[in-house]
Amino acid sequence: MINPKKWLVPTLYILFLMLPIYGLLSMSFKSTNEILGGFSFFPQDFTLDNYKVIFTDPTWYNGYINSIIYVVINTLLSVTVALPAAYAFSRYRFLGDKHLFFWLLTNRMAPPAIFALPFFQLYSAIGFFDTHIAVAIAHCLFNIPLAVWILEGFMSGVPKELDETAYLDGYSFPRFFIRIFIPTIAAGVGVAMFFCFMYSWVELLLAKTLTSVEAKPIAATMTRTASSSGYELGLLAAAGSLTIIPGAVVIYFVRNYIAKGFALGRV
Amino acid sequence: MTKTQNNKAWWLVVPVLLLVAFNAFIPLLTVVNYAFQETFGNNIFFWEGTTWFEQVLRSSRFHDSLIRQLIFTGMILAIEVPLGIGVALTMPRKGPWVSVCLVLMALPLLIPWNVVGAMWNIFALPEIGLLGHTLNSWGIDYNFTRQPVSAWMTTVIMDVWHWTSLIVLLCYAGLSSIPDDYYQAAHIDGASRWAIFRYIQLPKMKRVLTIAILLRFMDSFMIYTEPFVLTGGGPGNTTTFLSIDLVKVALGQFDLGPAAAMSLIYFLVVLLICWAFYTIMMRNEEQ
Repeated sequence: MINPKKWLVPTLYILFLMLPIYGLLSMSFKSTNEILGGFSFFPQDFTLDNYKVIFTDPTWYNGYINSIIYVVINTLLSVTVALPAAYAFSRYRFLGDKHLFFWLLTNRMAPPAIFALPFFQLYSAIGFFDTHIAVAIAHCLFNIPLAVWILEGFMSGVPKELDETAYLDGYSFPRFFIRIFIPTIAAGVGVAMFFCFMYSWVELLLAKTLTSVEAKPIAATMTRTASSSGYELGLLAAAGSLTIIPGAVVIYFVRNYIAKGFALGRV
Repeated sequence: MTKTQNNKAWWLVVPVLLLVAFNAFIPLLTVVNYAFQETFGNNIFFWEGTTWFEQVLRSSRFHDSLIRQLIFTGMILAIEVPLGIGVALTMPRKGPWVSVCLVLMALPLLIPWNVVGAMWNIFALPEIGLLGHTLNSWGIDYNFTRQPVSAWMTTVIMDVWHWTSLIVLLCYAGLSSIPDDYYQAAHIDGASRWAIFRYIQLPKMKRVLTIAILLRFMDSFMIYTEPFVLTGGGPGNTTTFLSIDLVKVALGQFDLGPAAAMSLIYFLVVLLICWAFYTIMMRNEEQ
């Protein structure tokens, strides 16, 4: 049952999404001379030089390593602390629970620009400036509330009888939580991890403010190259193209749950 | 679900509380500290009272950025919401193409924000970019680094490119939860396409659409990296939104007092929106 009218809109939309990405990719395979020489839809003399520079120059490839280190630390940290909290919110009423939940929410919504300068001073004062840990902890500001929210949504979908039966069977809380409950909401944990990964990976303002050399993320390396060594568009395009890959890989794994995650577990 | 009253549940929340409070309370107190004082360095402060707040609230610069911000947010919502719903309605429901569509559409959401800015910068370069070159070869005078209108259009289209998929994904999830029986029943009753949308699809999408609109509202209200990389807030100040302006004042000019006062006003606006968001969500949840 193929209806051409129905296919038109999604196809055009996806085409619109792919065009700028194609522009970036095609530029990454051009030499600087060709780029500045004028426009061409396909690379005329196809070159891998831009990618070679990135994979051989430590200031470039360390950017990727730094980004991945703090993103992974942040993801693990956020989801680990969010799991028990989300359980508390989904199962119990306690003093100030609604206010606490609202307060967490406000942090997800706080513009990072407000926190840039105070964060710089705070993390410098405790000697964490320019470390992966600093960025990982700073990103907790918006990732923990997000993870709590998503996990709470998924946990509320699990009937309470599961908990009660397990306690009757003599399970202690930690054992029940780790052995039974977390495997039950494995999809939710996956989605929460994906979202923490995503938001930590795409954020730049805080990551750039909190680092200078040792932990500089790839995104910051790109902005500095653009301003310092002239305007090496091909190199910039190659570096940009490479930052798309990790995202594309993780999307593939959670493709059926993405929407549920964006709806904070509430579809 | 009925919840049990248990104050011991606080212990489960403590780690989250500590980590988020560390990131939220201390910096916020720093901001409050700067907002009411004047400093000439060396950690010497003078009490200024509400001087900075009055200065910010009266400055035409703040008004301009706020108005630009509101127009920008209004524009992207007006484009992204109908477009997102439209694409979600026409997406395939079953079969192998669903995954392909989902993955391709989600791709822009996973690209670092500065790369989005850089990508659109490259895409829109008047002489050598795909978009800029095409527009100019069609005889349209287009140069986003010099013309305010071009810069605005490019920024808005970039945001549409970046975030419409969020709305598509959410609406699609809402639509997938409609059982086939509903459509069959509507078909038997001879319901029009519009009636199906109005009485079956829209109600199912209401909840996710609320989330989508409010997420887009808030995220676009704090947009910084993409327009900063694309236009740097220019030409002139024409694409300087609130966050860009704030960073210019705080880190560029190091005017800590006015920057802090501006931060607090900005944060207050966001808090108000948050509160509205939370109230609407909770009301939906109770229904």
